[in-house]
Amino acid sequence: MSHQPQQQSAGQPIAFVSAQALRARMHDAVNNPHLRQSFRGAMDFLMAKRAAQFPDQDELDSLRSLSEGIRQYSLSKLPELLEQLEANLTRNGVKVHWAETPDEANAIMLGIARQHQAKLIVKGKSMVSEEIEFNHAMEAAGVGALESDMGEYIVQLAGEKPSHIIMPAIHQTKQQIAKLFAEKIPGVDYTDNVDALIRIGRNVLRDKFESADIGLSGVNFAVAETGTLCLVENEGNGRMCTTVPKVHIAITGIEKIVEKLEHVAPLYSILTRSATGQAVSTYFNMISGPRKAGDKDGPEEVHLVLLDNGRSQAYADEQLRKTLQCIRCGACMNHCPVYTRIGGHAYGTTYPGPIGKIVSPHMMGLEQTHLLPTASSLCGACGEVCPVKIPIPELLIRLRGEANSAPHAHPAMVGQGAAYDPKISFVWRMWARLYGRPSTYRAFSWLATRFRALTPRKQSGWTAARTPLQPAPRRLRDMLKDRR
Amino acid sequence: MSARDRILAKLRAARPAEPNALPDLDAHYTPRARGEAKTERLARFRAGIESFHAEVHISSEADWPALLARLCADKQVATMLYGADTPAGRRLDQATFPATTLRPWAGQVEELKADLFHRVDAGFTQTRGAIAETGTLMLWSSEAEPRTLSLVPPIHFALLDANTIQPTFFDVLRTENWAAGLPTNALLISGPSKTADIQQTLAYGAHGPKELVVIVINAEGDAQ
Repeated sequence: MSHQPQQQSAGQPIAFVSAQALRARMHDAVNNPHLRQSFRGAMDFLMAKRAAQFPDQDELDSLRSLSEGIRQYSLSKLPELLEQLEANLTRNGVKVHWAETPDEANAIMLGIARQHQAKLIVKGKSMVSEEIEFNHAMEAAGVGALESDMGEYIVQLAGEKPSHIIMPAIHQTKQQIAKLFAEKIPGVDYTDNVDALIRIGRNVLRDKFESADIGLSGVNFAVAETGTLCLVENEGNGRMCTTVPKVHIAITGIEKIVEKLEHVAPLYSILTRSATGQAVSTYFNMISGPRKAGDKDGPEEVHLVLLDNGRSQAYADEQLRKTLQCIRCGACMNHCPVYTRIGGHAYGTTYPGPIGKIVSPHMMGLEQTHLLPTASSLCGACGEVCPVKIPIPELLIRLRGEANSAPHAHPAMVGQGAAYDPKISFVWRMWARLYGRPSTYRAFSWLATRFRALTPRKQSGWTAARTPLQPAPRRLRDMLKDRR
Repeated sequence: MSARDRILAKLRAARPAEPNALPDLDAHYTPRARGEAKTERLARFRAGIESFHAEVHISSEADWPALLARLCADKQVATMLYGADTPAGRRLDQATFPATTLRPWAGQVEELKADLFHRVDAGFTQTRGAIAETGTLMLWSSEAEPRTLSLVPPIHFALLDANTIQPTFFDVLRTENWAAGLPTNALLISGPSKTADIQQTLAYGAHGPKELVVIVINAEGDAQ
């Protein structure tokens, strides 16, 4: 691909690309036929696979309602459950850390790395680690952080960011990956045979699992009643990272918690089926502590970092709280017509697609992200497929409102009013006044039809890509009067 | 105030006065229970895990060590690691493997890490049971059978008793009451390690075992 707007120079984290430049990046992405072909093909594939997992609409409806219920129940008890989780993990021998910001989280993990004089941290797939720019923070401090999920490994090797939360390298073709491997991995010749490419990755990374000082992972579900961290994966790299190195650090957002162990059964089922259309993942790994007396392997230390980073802001508002129901399956992006056309990088945020549009504003503030919720046709596909019934379209409208309303004293979120424009606001207020009462509306429409010739030819953003709007010569009410 | 206290204070200030009602899982699962007999559960488990590229062999309590020896020879397994201090391990101690060296796990992982990564061709474990709905094996790590035994060697042989196949994961969590006490690591396995991260093309043997071979002990006379 010669035209690759999403590629960043190594070391420049894409999450901090100005969201103001969203339109320009979208424009580039839409005009990149290779990228569009990759995403169209991949999304069609994932949509068909998901559909095949839910042949019984009644079962799907029931499982979605149950999953929504479990997530909402968990959130309704979130502070207690976090304390219960902490107590049980501590009892199991896991060290629990809390971080309000990405910097705090990185500092905690760097501290652990320093304490063990770690040179290499091998990573299982973790979007939260992407969210906090973990790799860059470690590199800056002289500690190696190596991705081991095949897709993440490819993306890291290319100096890119994931373009999809489940399939990070979905924007790359096998030919591109073949070229990348031949260029970046010593002693590797060009091959675009997928089995051969995976073998190459396996061989490189096996050595790293064996020698790494620390393994890092995310968490899919944290179970409060047992103090258990659950990880969903297919490759086995997650098991490697959490089993072989002497230290395991898990990081998760504070919302990924359930109270009871049995609550993971329906959530796990709907997660893999919604995400990749798999009945089940290859591995479901339930970790309840470090190596105990008698155990022959496993890490000697296990740490859990609980990250806020804007989640408590979403939690504070009853409607916005629904954002936190998310189990990160990616079905919303797989079904999103906007995501399919522009790909994951154009958004410029760690989490792309519909979920990214509703979660990023809490992490980065609306100043940076207020355009994101407008990058939607509000078709509603995301809300329809969401396994935990997050009303994504409603939340997009809410966020648009937060961004465009006049700044006020008790905003629900950081950056409220970031897109507020007094002129536009005045126009809409006038419109509301004219259309709000029959008498003013009648008078306005009477005038508009008579003076239609005065309609300006240039109508700001509207005429950038459309013909100008002009009132009709006759009002509907007059036409109806004639017919009677 | 610590980060912990600040986060919890914010959440407490915003939490709903009353928590939501506890979700009713039975309302979803009970009407959908299949009430299958053992034979049907075994058939469904087998179809499921085979669809994930695992190999399944049905054997008996008496014959499985001989079958395993044959499979090891076929797959040219030179060294197989296993946990000696288990019922299955004790059977293996007495078995004859013409083509394969049987090596019982001894010591901490640090002592055999290099062999585990570079010289062991297969790992053998028992299983706690299986799940019919998805074709899934359940393994609980133990002193005798550590976690890396089913992870690092390129082939994983798993021994399953057909009587321990349960309908769903939910049934397992309920009937066996896992919440009352989990091991350091409880694991569900559905096939050999795989990835579709390159152009959605499925490839096996990503980082874990390239092959998963399940030997099912099923009493004579039952379905083959």
